[in-house]
Amino acid sequence: MAGYEDKSFKWIGTRPVRPDGVDKVTGRANYGADMKLPGQLTGRILRSPHAHAKILSIDTSKAEKLPGVKAVITGKDFPEMHNGVLPGDEGVNFHYLSCNIMARNKVLYDGHAVAAVAAASAAIAEEALALIEVKYEVLPHVIDVDLALKPGAPLLHDDIFTTGVTPKPEKPSNTVQRIQMQLGDPDAAFKDADVVVERSFKTKAVHQGYIEPHAVVAEWSEDGQCRIWCSSQGHFMVRTLTARLLQMEVAQVRVIPAEIGGGFGGKTIIFIEPTAVLLARKAKRPVRIVMSRDEVFRGTGPAPGTSIDVKIGAKKDGMLVAATGEFRYQAGAFPGSPVGAACMAAFGPYALSHVRVVGYEAVTNRPLCYSYRAPGAPLSSFAVESVMDEIAQKLNLDPMDLRIKNGSKEGTQMVYGPKLKAVGNLECLKAIQNHPINKIPLGPNQGRGLAAGFWFNLGGQSSAVVNIAEDGTANIMTGSPDIGGSRASMALMAAEVLGIDYSKVRPIVGDTSAVGFCEITHGSRVTFATGMAIIQAAEDVVLQCRQRVAKMWEVDVEAVKWEDGHARPAGANAGDQKPLSLAQIAAKAARTGGPLVGSAAINAGGPGPAFGVHICDVEVDPETGHVTVLRYVAAQDAGKAIHPSYVEGQIQGGVAQGVGWALNEEYIYGEDGRLQNSGFLDYRIPVASDLPMIDAIILEVPNPGHPFGVRGVGEVPIVPPLGAIANAVARATGARMTDLPLTPPKIRAAIDAKK
Amino acid sequence: MSGFQYESPGSVDEAVRLLAGAKGNARVLAGGTDLLVQLRSGAANPDMLVDIKRISELRQISGNAASGFVIGAAVSGAEIGEHKELAKAWPGLVEGMELIGSTQIQGRATPGGNLCNASPAGDCTPGLVAAGAIAVIAGPNGRREIPAEQVPVSPGKTSLAKGEFVVAFKLPPRAKNSGDAYLRMIPRTEMDIAIVGAGVNLTLDASGVCVAARVSLGAVAPTVLLVDAAARALIGSKLDDAALAKLEAAASAAAKPISDKRGTIEYRTKVAGVLARRAAVIARDRARSNA
Amino acid sequence: MSKFHITTTVNGEAVEYLCDPKQTLLDVLRDELNLTGSKEGCSSGDCGACSVTLDGRLVCSCLVLGVEMQGRSVETIENMAQGEKLHPLQQKFLEAAALQCGFCTPGFLVAAKALLEKNPNPTESEARYWLAGNLCRCTGYDKIIRAVLETAADMRGSK
Repeated sequence: MAGYEDKSFKWIGTRPVRPDGVDKVTGRANYGADMKLPGQLTGRILRSPHAHAKILSIDTSKAEKLPGVKAVITGKDFPEMHNGVLPGDEGVNFHYLSCNIMARNKVLYDGHAVAAVAAASAAIAEEALALIEVKYEVLPHVIDVDLALKPGAPLLHDDIFTTGVTPKPEKPSNTVQRIQMQLGDPDAAFKDADVVVERSFKTKAVHQGYIEPHAVVAEWSEDGQCRIWCSSQGHFMVRTLTARLLQMEVAQVRVIPAEIGGGFGGKTIIFIEPTAVLLARKAKRPVRIVMSRDEVFRGTGPAPGTSIDVKIGAKKDGMLVAATGEFRYQAGAFPGSPVGAACMAAFGPYALSHVRVVGYEAVTNRPLCYSYRAPGAPLSSFAVESVMDEIAQKLNLDPMDLRIKNGSKEGTQMVYGPKLKAVGNLECLKAIQNHPINKIPLGPNQGRGLAAGFWFNLGGQSSAVVNIAEDGTANIMTGSPDIGGSRASMALMAAEVLGIDYSKVRPIVGDTSAVGFCEITHGSRVTFATGMAIIQAAEDVVLQCRQRVAKMWEVDVEAVKWEDGHARPAGANAGDQKPLSLAQIAAKAARTGGPLVGSAAINAGGPGPAFGVHICDVEVDPETGHVTVLRYVAAQDAGKAIHPSYVEGQIQGGVAQGVGWALNEEYIYGEDGRLQNSGFLDYRIPVASDLPMIDAIILEVPNPGHPFGVRGVGEVPIVPPLGAIANAVARATGARMTDLPLTPPKIRAAIDAKK
Repeated sequence: MSGFQYESPGSVDEAVRLLAGAKGNARVLAGGTDLLVQLRSGAANPDMLVDIKRISELRQISGNAASGFVIGAAVSGAEIGEHKELAKAWPGLVEGMELIGSTQIQGRATPGGNLCNASPAGDCTPGLVAAGAIAVIAGPNGRREIPAEQVPVSPGKTSLAKGEFVVAFKLPPRAKNSGDAYLRMIPRTEMDIAIVGAGVNLTLDASGVCVAARVSLGAVAPTVLLVDAAARALIGSKLDDAALAKLEAAASAAAKPISDKRGTIEYRTKVAGVLARRAAVIARDRARSNA
Repeated sequence: MSKFHITTTVNGEAVEYLCDPKQTLLDVLRDELNLTGSKEGCSSGDCGACSVTLDGRLVCSCLVLGVEMQGRSVETIENMAQGEKLHPLQQKFLEAAALQCGFCTPGFLVAAKALLEKNPNPTESEARYWLAGNLCRCTGYDKIIRAVLETAADMRGSK
């Protein structure tokens, strides 16, 4: 794998208009719900009103008789899957996945799908849902993670036996796993501390909050093939999982990616695609299912609520001596919480010789817990950064000095195994330390909060094709959905390698039958890994060009170099040949060996972790508890920013989501286990007037594992805001709160309790 | 179940006839910003919708500050906000209307709809109540007039009989040295339902003594409250700190809220007093500059 | 229940359609008239992705019934560019990277255009409050607000 080389760039680092931009500002771009096929039916899903219940019976006969209803399905229409994870399953328990998509014997959360219909219109489909009679036996439910972990809690599954504990339990429980990682001997090391702060924290489940609801159109043909149009973070993922769940051969399923209206991890798994395929097969007509906003909140994959204990000990000078954390994370109704990543990332910004992280995961009666931007890390980071802030207060130290003193850097041993290579943690800390925000005096009821964050980033499998047209322009194709400007970064990298103008490169996202496999758009991997595939595919074209020119010039390929979009003699030995442009070479392609097609299929390693440091100022109204975010500055190491505007956009977007998480966003359940805020009215994501401008500072400490030095940038910006906001509120009010979100009623109560 | 009759009468009489003669459940459609959400969620299942937006009387603001404004029940929030004379005389009432939802919602939402949706948290209602607005109601037996606060009777329910609907609001003539204000507490800065709302309307005499006051509270009881004790705390005072403290205590004492997903009893009780006091200060300052 | 026959004006052209009484203007635009630029994010007026102007007034098309449209006039995102020329807001959104996933973008553009027509010189705060009914989950609003303010300045300068 090509490593980093310091070089100057023509296109990398510039800010051109994105190639798909015009379609998106004119309304022409097609998202999941915009697709319409001839004869298309409307699919609708019936969902459980109960948090936990046995399904005694489902009678669909009345719905089936309603004129205009073309198909009705229930869990019985889904193939039964093996309950477990087999080699080659990539960690997926297909039984659980299938049961989440359509309940079988039990419903496990408010919103769990129990049946689906396809009908000639939305009105008929809704009428049909009302005619389906489901008899339930309501069972006790449990949603809070601490309650779910307790012995005697209402049991969701009888086949979950806690892993990671000895002896192996004989009885099933809600506790999916216990994990532990340790460096040194923290229990002994705490004795050397001059100050120890230990706190417990609680947080509520939150939703990714993408504005585009999930949507799919499925078409079944008589030869047993199906086509699926949908928005997702990975159409190859949709293909594989749908094929497996419906016991089809993978190549019989073709998934065509729609534009995706936001995902943030929430569209890295399937919820409705197999349902749409089964309805289409039964109805013999294409079926479109578009979730309502209520369904998105009740029936997709929100992030976990948690319960966390963190303990940190330090010397008087601020040197950390030991730290421990216990992280108890909700899974949803099925295993799948990000507690492992949470444990690994928690203390990432700090060099610690004695540290232990322990994680527990419990299934609960809420929707599937799935990925949300740096899954798990914002919560563990919130707890750690809160305790760090308290240590600074106790020792009367500047919170920045405390972090710089203990900051992780190249060579730091991480609790999860490796030592860090070149990273930008200290650079980010110093950029914030030197920022003018620190000189702005704070008024009454104002506070300044600081937090650092860490995220691993991912690499993984990607494919890319670079097709050179006869005039030297390029069509480039990958299988990575463009979730926020990646077409632009792909085109920039291809233009850089080919040496042609950015405007001559047209990128597309190919469907599963058109381009090689790409993993989902997650883990901040696309610009890094799919970008590396594009670079290699473009390098493949360059090599072919050099080979063809070498033939024309009757020299060795080494005698032809590629520079500025032209083949040139590498030295005097190559003769006095005139440079040939890519367009000139392409024009002769038919006579020199056929079309110029470059391709690459890789499994990219060395993604290079990302660090971010945030600082913010808030003002708290002491009488109402209302928080105003006055200023926000975020510094982040991007390795190399391919398109800096979209890097800034990732940082600013992550900050906004983190601010919402800190202040207002939460899943609110009633005593009956029903979700009470399944809409944007009461699930309060930040609006434009809630936020100030967000100053995004890009630092570039090259990732040694990428030819241009790229690191993923999408996830780490959501890690620090929870801690930064909480620390700012604590300093503004003098009351430290450990329960997220920091709603006005909680803040007012905390201020009153302090009096 | 999926359909309903839709009518858009051009006159009040025709609307009354349709509403009174409807078989089953007839609903008035004004701005639709609450009703359409209820239709979509299944919370409302009317047999007939009577769209009152094509009745010209309901779509206009007439009168003036001295004689008293008349606001058509189906005038949109945006139109109310653009009426300079109204906004000058009744800034609190207008602000309350303008706080409902987004710019987009303002293009549709109406004061009549806000009142008749009968949510205790409606942002226009406390301002109407504090202003002493009279609701003009048309029905099969002709027209009648009642104080705005008597229209809602409990969450989602009004005192209107079958065939009746609100046509307009009559505001009293605006005395000199008067001012009003409405404040609400929401977690964000926009787009939320009020956790608590408070409206204050008052008049000063030439020496700055408060001679008349009305104080209303939203979201702290099943309906918007008109709090006489809070008004009495102001009347006769120069709205000094002592009077404001009495007002705050009276407002908190009058609040009888519930705990729900938006706020707690304790919080709503305290903040009702805070907002009433703050609104009174704004209303006082407006009255002083409104000679 | 029979359908309603409505005659109205969409993007300056007379249009006829049939609709169910429950269908919203958004449903009509997307499903009957194939104008899918207006997006459905919530169907409750909370996200603004379906913003259009109705008789010149900015509204959420999910909170208007199709049957209310008789004789009205609606403008959608599809009519914002004039011929091959993008509206200055559209051009600025592209140059300023004021979109990521792009799903909320049509609604923001329609709402921002309405803002600049009413107030050619908005402050940052005025722009933020005017656009508070348009949710964006990708950008943190920074680049959107900057794009709107810069476009306003450009448009004032070119007059």
